[in-house]
Amino acid sequence: MKRLVVVGNGMAGVGCVEQILKHAAKFEITIFGEETHVNYNRILLSSVLAGEKAADDIVLNSLEWYRQNDIQLRLGVRISGIDVNAKTVTGDDGSVTPFDKLLLATGSNPLIPPMEGVKKEGVYVFRNLDDTRALLDRATKGVKAVVIGGGLLGLEAARGLQVQGCEVTVVHLMDTLMERQVDFAGGGYLKTKMECLGVKVLLERNTAAILGKEKVEGVAFKDGSSIGAEMVVIAAGIRPNADLARKAGLQVNRAVVVNDFMETSHPDVFAVGECVEHKGICYGLVAPLLEQGKVLAATITGNKGPRYEGSVSAAKLKIMGVDVFSAGDFSEKAPGTDVVRYEDAALGVYKKLTLRDGKLAGAILVGDTSDSHRYMDWLRTQTDLTAQRRQLLFPTPTEDAGLDVAEMPDNKVVCGCMGVTKGTLIEAIRQKGVNTLAQLKECTRASTGCGSCTEHCQQLLKAVVPEFREESEKILCKCIPFAEDKLRDIVRSQRFRSVQEVLDIYGNSHGCEVCKPALSYMMDMLWCGDHDEDRSARFINDRVHANIQKDGTFSVVPRMRGGVTSAKELRRIADVAEKYNVPMVKVTGSQRIDLLGVQKSDLPKIWADLGMPSGQAYTKGVRMVKTCVGTDFCRFGVQDSTRAGIELERRLEHLYTPHKVKMGAVGCPRNCAEATVKDIGLVGQDGTWQVVVGGAAGKKVRKADLLITVESMEEALQAATLFFQYYRENANYLERTYDFVERVTIEKVRRDTVYAPLGVQQGLRERLRKSKRLARDAWLEGDEPRHSTQFVQIEPLEKVYQ
Amino acid sequence: MSETKIWVSLTAIENIPVREGRSVQVGGRKLAIFNLGNRFLAVENRCPHRGGPLADGIVSGSTVVCPLHAWKIDLVTGSVTNQAENLECVKTFPIRVQDGVVLVELSVGNSDTESSQPACFVSISHDSSFNHSVLGKA
Repeated sequence: MKRLVVVGNGMAGVGCVEQILKHAAKFEITIFGEETHVNYNRILLSSVLAGEKAADDIVLNSLEWYRQNDIQLRLGVRISGIDVNAKTVTGDDGSVTPFDKLLLATGSNPLIPPMEGVKKEGVYVFRNLDDTRALLDRATKGVKAVVIGGGLLGLEAARGLQVQGCEVTVVHLMDTLMERQVDFAGGGYLKTKMECLGVKVLLERNTAAILGKEKVEGVAFKDGSSIGAEMVVIAAGIRPNADLARKAGLQVNRAVVVNDFMETSHPDVFAVGECVEHKGICYGLVAPLLEQGKVLAATITGNKGPRYEGSVSAAKLKIMGVDVFSAGDFSEKAPGTDVVRYEDAALGVYKKLTLRDGKLAGAILVGDTSDSHRYMDWLRTQTDLTAQRRQLLFPTPTEDAGLDVAEMPDNKVVCGCMGVTKGTLIEAIRQKGVNTLAQLKECTRASTGCGSCTEHCQQLLKAVVPEFREESEKILCKCIPFAEDKLRDIVRSQRFRSVQEVLDIYGNSHGCEVCKPALSYMMDMLWCGDHDEDRSARFINDRVHANIQKDGTFSVVPRMRGGVTSAKELRRIADVAEKYNVPMVKVTGSQRIDLLGVQKSDLPKIWADLGMPSGQAYTKGVRMVKTCVGTDFCRFGVQDSTRAGIELERRLEHLYTPHKVKMGAVGCPRNCAEATVKDIGLVGQDGTWQVVVGGAAGKKVRKADLLITVESMEEALQAATLFFQYYRENANYLERTYDFVERVTIEKVRRDTVYAPLGVQQGLRERLRKSKRLARDAWLEGDEPRHSTQFVQIEPLEKVYQ
Repeated sequence: MSETKIWVSLTAIENIPVREGRSVQVGGRKLAIFNLGNRFLAVENRCPHRGGPLADGIVSGSTVVCPLHAWKIDLVTGSVTNQAENLECVKTFPIRVQDGVVLVELSVGNSDTESSQPACFVSISHDSSFNHSVLGKA
C-alpha cells in the first residue's frame, strides 16, 4: 500500500482526504497537524468568539473518524523539512516519515504589518482555536480593545470582542471597510451598521506602533495621533504558508504553484487550499478549497482527468444583524461594464450588481443578503440575463416563490461552501435512508460550512421524506415556541440579559411558570450573575431561598459539606430550632438537617443565627455530596471518600443546574452512601476511582453509567466537574442527569467530556470557573435583600375593624 | 346585616415589585396584591385547590400560578383557568392607586366570610365591578 503523508490538518487537507477516501485506491494515510485539535470549521471561529458556538460545536472530524478510516493522526507536530529526493518529511519532534505521495495543505499565517511593539503582552492574532481561546480569556467586560484591520476577519473579531463586553475600536488603513469585497458606497453602509452595534471605526489610520512597557497601553498612528488600548488584535490579512515548499525547492511564487490537476512542480507532491497559487490567484475562502480537493483526489488516486479551472470568489460576513455578501468582480472600470444599483439609507440596504456581456460579473449585498444564492448561481453558470434585466434586484413575485427548493434544477448548488447540489442531496436522501438534518450533514457535508443553506436542506428533506420531523422537535412552551437549544443560541448570541426581554421579542411577552424559570436558568448558566436576574421569573423558592411547604411555610436546610458537621454547628441548629419554635427538625435522606415550618419573615434571621451557607435544598442546583466515612475510621475503606465528597461539594456549591444534582462519594465498593444511584458518583476502589453519572433512586431507579476510571482523587474530581458543566450547558431545563444521559447516550457524553480534545475540556472548565467565580451563597441576601419586602409581611397602612 | 364598602390604604406601590405579588392581612382577610406593570390587581390569597399562597406564585399575563400545585387563577375574574370544568373561584377585590398608594375596596359590617358562600357565585354576580377594578397607574 502506498504511503500518503498530509501536512496540515485543516479544512483543506482533511477535506481533500475525505475526497480521496471516496476513491477505490487505498493509501496508508498520515496527517500532521501543528495545532493540537482535530479538524474543525475555521470559518466558524468568529461564532466561537461571539459565544454563539462552543469550541466543540465546530469540530468537523472527530477522533473516531480518523480511527475509523485508519488515519494516523500526529497532532502538535510541525513539519520542518521535506526531502523530495529521499521522499521523507522531518518533524520538529525529530521524526522522519517516508512518503510515496505528499500533500501540502499548510494553509496560511496571519500577516503582521511592520510596526513596533507587536511582541507586547496583550497583542493577539485571530487565526486558530488557540488564538480564539486566548482572546476569550482576555476579553472581559469593559476591556478596551483595538482591532487592526477592517476586513472580513477584523470585523468579525471586533464583533466577537464586543459581544464579550469589550469596548472595541476597529482601525483600518484604507478609507472604507472590507475594500476587497465591498465598494466605497457599500462600505459606508457597513460602517454605519458596525457603529450601530457599538463598535467604533477609525478609517485611514496607519498603525505605527503598539504602545506600552511590557503590556499594551495603546496604539500610535503614523499621523501622530494615538488611542488607548488594553488589548490589540492584529487582523490585517493572511499570507500563504509556503516556506516549507520553497525550502524543498518546489516552484513557489506568492504561494505553491499548482496546475489544473493540483500538481506542484514535483510529480509526487500535491498541494491544496490557501497555500496554493493557481493561475496567479490565491484563494482564502472555503468553497475553492473543496473544489480543489475534489480535483486533487482524482489526480492522486490515478483518476487524473478533472481539471480545476479557478473559482468564483465569494465572501459572507458572519455577524448577526450585519448582512454582507460579495462575489465576483464588482469594479465598474472594465470596459463594457453595466452597473445595477439600489440603496435605501433608512433601511440600511445596499445592492449592486455588475454585468458584462449580459452576464453577472459581480455582486455586493449589504443589509439584505437573501438573494445571495441566486447571484452565486448566476455567477457560476454564467447565465445570460438579458431577458431579466428588469428583475435583477427584485425578482417578480412568482420567481420569488421560485426560491422554493422544489423549483430548483437538480444541478443547482444548494450548499455553496461544500459545493453540494440539489441532485446530490436528493440522491443521498433516497438511497441512504436519510431522514434527519444531522444525517444529511453527515453523509453529504451540506450545511456544515457557514450554515446559511440549512433552511433549504430542511425544505428538501420535508419535500422528499414525508416522515421528516423538524429536529427542533420539542419546543420549550407555547409562550415561546422554540426548542431549548435554539433559545440558548438566541440568548447567547444576542446577549439577552433579561427574561422579559426574550419573552417580549421572541415570545408572547407574558411567559408562564414553565418557560420563565427555564429562561431564568439559561441566563444564569450563560451569564451567571452578570445579568438582570428578574426574580419575578423565578419560582418562589428561588425568590426567598427556601422550600415552600403545603401550608405556605418554608423549610431551611443549611449546607453541611459531605454530610460532616460539628458539635458547634449542631448546637447552633438546636438553638435556632428553639428560638424560632421550629415545628419539626428532621435528618434528611441526603445527610442534612431540615428545619421545617418556618415563616418567610423569619428566614433572614435564622440564616444569620445559623451562620452556615445555603444547602440549596429548595432549588434546581447543587444539592449535596453524600459520603461514607472512607478511610478515616472505616476498617474497609480504601479511598478517602469524605475528603473527596467535601472537595467536590466545595467546587460546585452555589451553582444552578437544569434540575437538582445529587452526588455521592464512597470509599469502597460496598457503596454505603449509594453513589451508584446518584447524578454523579465517585466510587473508590483499591488504587482507582470510578466516576459514574446518571444514576437515580427517585421516580425511577437507575444504576449510574461509568464515565471513566482514573487513578487519583484529583482526576476523579476533574472528570466529575467536566460532566457537571457539560450537563449544565446541554440538558434541557428540568431534565435530570439520568434522562439526559439516556437521551444523548453515555458514549457521546464520554466523547464530549473526558475523551474530548484537550481544548474542548479546557473550554468546559473555563466556563465552569467563570460561573463559579460569580456564584454566591444565596443566603447572603438575608443581610442585603433584593427587595424591601422580599421577606417582610406587608402591614396595611390603615386598619379595618369588623 | 348591613354592608358598607370602604376603600382601605394598603401600601406604597414600590413595596410590590413588577410581576410579583405580596400578601397583606387586612380586616380579617388575607389578600394577594399583584403589580402587573400597568395595573394592580387584588384577590384572596388562597388557592381554591389546597389553600396555597397565591401571592407567592409566578405571574403569567394577568393570571397567577399557585406555587403549590400550579393551578392557574385569572386575577381579573378569579376563575381557575387550567383545570377542566372547575367552577371554584377566588374572590377578587376592586383596587386603585392614589398618590403612590395602593387602595383596596372591602366590605365591612358584614359577618359573611368568603368561605361561607360559593366564591364563584360571588364573582359572577359582581361581574360589573370588574370594570372599575382596573384603575390607577403603576
